[in-house]
Amino acid sequence: MNPITRLQSRTAVLTDENIDTDRIIPARFLTTTVREGLGKLCFNDWRYQSDGSDNPAFPLNQPQSQGCSILVAGRNFGCGSSREHAPWALLDYGIKAVLCSEIADIFRNNALKNGLLAIVIAEEQHRWLLDNPGVELTIDVQAQTIALPDGSNVAFTLEAFARHCLLNGVDQLGFLLQHTDAIGDFEKQEKAA
Amino acid sequence: MTARTLFEKVWDAHVVAPESTDTPAVLYVDLHLVHEVTSPQAFSELRQRGLTLRRPDRTLATLDHSTPTLPTGADGVRPYTNAAAKAQVEQLEANCTEFGVTLHGWDSDQRGIVHVIGPELGATQPGMTIVCGDSHTSTHGAFGALAFGIGTTEVGHVLATQCLLQRKPKTLAIHVDGKLPAGVGAKDLILHIIGSIGVDGGTGYVLEYRGPTIEALSMEERMTICNMSIEAGARAGMIAPDETTFAWLKGRPLAPQGADWDVAVAKWRALRSDEGASYDREVHFDASKIGPTVTYGTHPGMASALSASLPEPTNAQERRARDYMHYEPGQSMEGMAVDVVFIGSCTNSRLPDLREAASVLRGRRVADGVRMLVVPGSEAVRRDAEREGLHQVFLDAGAEWRVPGCSMCIAMNGDLAQPGQLVVSTSNRNFEGRQGKGARTVLASPATAAASAVAGVIADPRVYLTEVAA
Ligand code: SF4
Repeated sequence: MNPITRLQSRTAVLTDENIDTDRIIPARFLTTTVREGLGKLCFNDWRYQSDGSDNPAFPLNQPQSQGCSILVAGRNFGCGSSREHAPWALLDYGIKAVLCSEIADIFRNNALKNGLLAIVIAEEQHRWLLDNPGVELTIDVQAQTIALPDGSNVAFTLEAFARHCLLNGVDQLGFLLQHTDAIGDFEKQEKAA
Repeated sequence: MTARTLFEKVWDAHVVAPESTDTPAVLYVDLHLVHEVTSPQAFSELRQRGLTLRRPDRTLATLDHSTPTLPTGADGVRPYTNAAAKAQVEQLEANCTEFGVTLHGWDSDQRGIVHVIGPELGATQPGMTIVCGDSHTSTHGAFGALAFGIGTTEVGHVLATQCLLQRKPKTLAIHVDGKLPAGVGAKDLILHIIGSIGVDGGTGYVLEYRGPTIEALSMEERMTICNMSIEAGARAGMIAPDETTFAWLKGRPLAPQGADWDVAVAKWRALRSDEGASYDREVHFDASKIGPTVTYGTHPGMASALSASLPEPTNAQERRARDYMHYEPGQSMEGMAVDVVFIGSCTNSRLPDLREAASVLRGRRVADGVRMLVVPGSEAVRRDAEREGLHQVFLDAGAEWRVPGCSMCIAMNGDLAQPGQLVVSTSNRNFEGRQGKGARTVLASPATAAASAVAGVIADPRVYLTEVAA
């Protein structure tokens, strides 16, 4: 994973609460055996009309959302399944950060492991961002702040290890493999017990 | 020693390296369940890095999500819905051969939904840590295991190291008192609980279901409850192992045998939460006040008693759900016209679930215009059901009796509803499009689903059950 320190973009907004993983990528597309190329399926049933054309009512299809890589979504984004296809699809679609007052556990883990900034912010600021789409934000992963256009800053907290991995492009499997001896000891001890 | 909860005991016993402010704990995994959908990219990762599978003996695979539930045709061809589904299954078969994983594939008489076969085989045991690239891994918590869903990257971590990096979650005790009324079951109870604490009510917590009502439940009912923990946002739900648990597990192929069994049971008995152990949060429910419960909206928290009048939407999502589901605030779900009934999924596809549905259907017919699918959770369930003649009850009623798999729970294999159709389903998710694009899902117990099939509209099963009793 490449290090991620900073992200600057305008915001696109999906106000719905509880946007689940089936809405992010419907299950019928999960027969893939690779990670790539899922962006075109992201939000598939919401984004396209039945004839395959873009649904103009889908907020991310609107002109002002184009080129936005920060998504502000309603509370409890990513609930539902453990499919990592959800963050893979979002990233491939061009979303690099999701801001929300509450993000579902498994989705948040999966997102951060793939370099998608899943960031929980306070309710009041979340509300403001939901109400004001299209604002230019700068997310600073090192300082754990989001800079607003008026110069003010919103603070957030990422789990320390997830942040460290983002900033340094740490390979988590590599990190776990460093514990091989300890894992071996644990297994021996367990066998003896 | 301070009093500890069931969760804390299991957690503590699996810490390889403790957590610090900078790093999560390294947590050992006793059992890793694998299926075709969330594993291919993880095996590829292993291959790319030249890594091996650390513990093939602690890894168990099955085919369930993309698999057809119609039998192989006369031409010997399996009716996969498309080439991708077939390729995905074949990929798992190849990966299991290459990495030495036991696969309950097409030729196994134990194949089935991953969360049905783990317990059936006795692979699922109290006190274990169990993971799977599947959010309903929470099911296995019914045995007093710490069981949770992980993403595909983490599947790779477990394949390579048998460990995961985890922060310790908080604990939420869900106390349930009172006797469930006749005709009201575990599914109604868990829908009621999620409807009350909300789809994010359990986020960040491991749930422990406890109290006399929970203790009185069978293992299958406990699995139904724990299965849906994730629908309240909790990654895991647990129930303390007791005599019911031990009796259910005894003699199963992968359960400890002989003298080992007694040693294991003695250890398992010590797992229950200590007197005075404290939880981060506690909630209480009275089961005697619960009736048949169904969902009316597009997430499992939008649940209501069958006969209760539905609330007016108060926000954009609820309005969207009302428009999608076509429900009328002020009216109840009872009486809404039904197109499809699905009995199956890791929530409700075990033998007692099928018996419950059959008890409503026996001597009756599925209403004209309603399609009903019954999909047993595993080959073992299918065999047992056929031995009892349950399949004949379903077939006589006009329902379809299928080959085990996830089927319409996730609609990946071609079993799906058409846009606008209303499905009364014993599965666990009523998200938009979950059972087919535009399909409308109402989650219900097997009894309610069967009663709705007979009535052709969403119906109270107690009417039919009393007639049987009389
Ligand atoms: S039955 Fe449904 S919830 Fe269970 S494992 Fe299969 S798809 Fe997932």
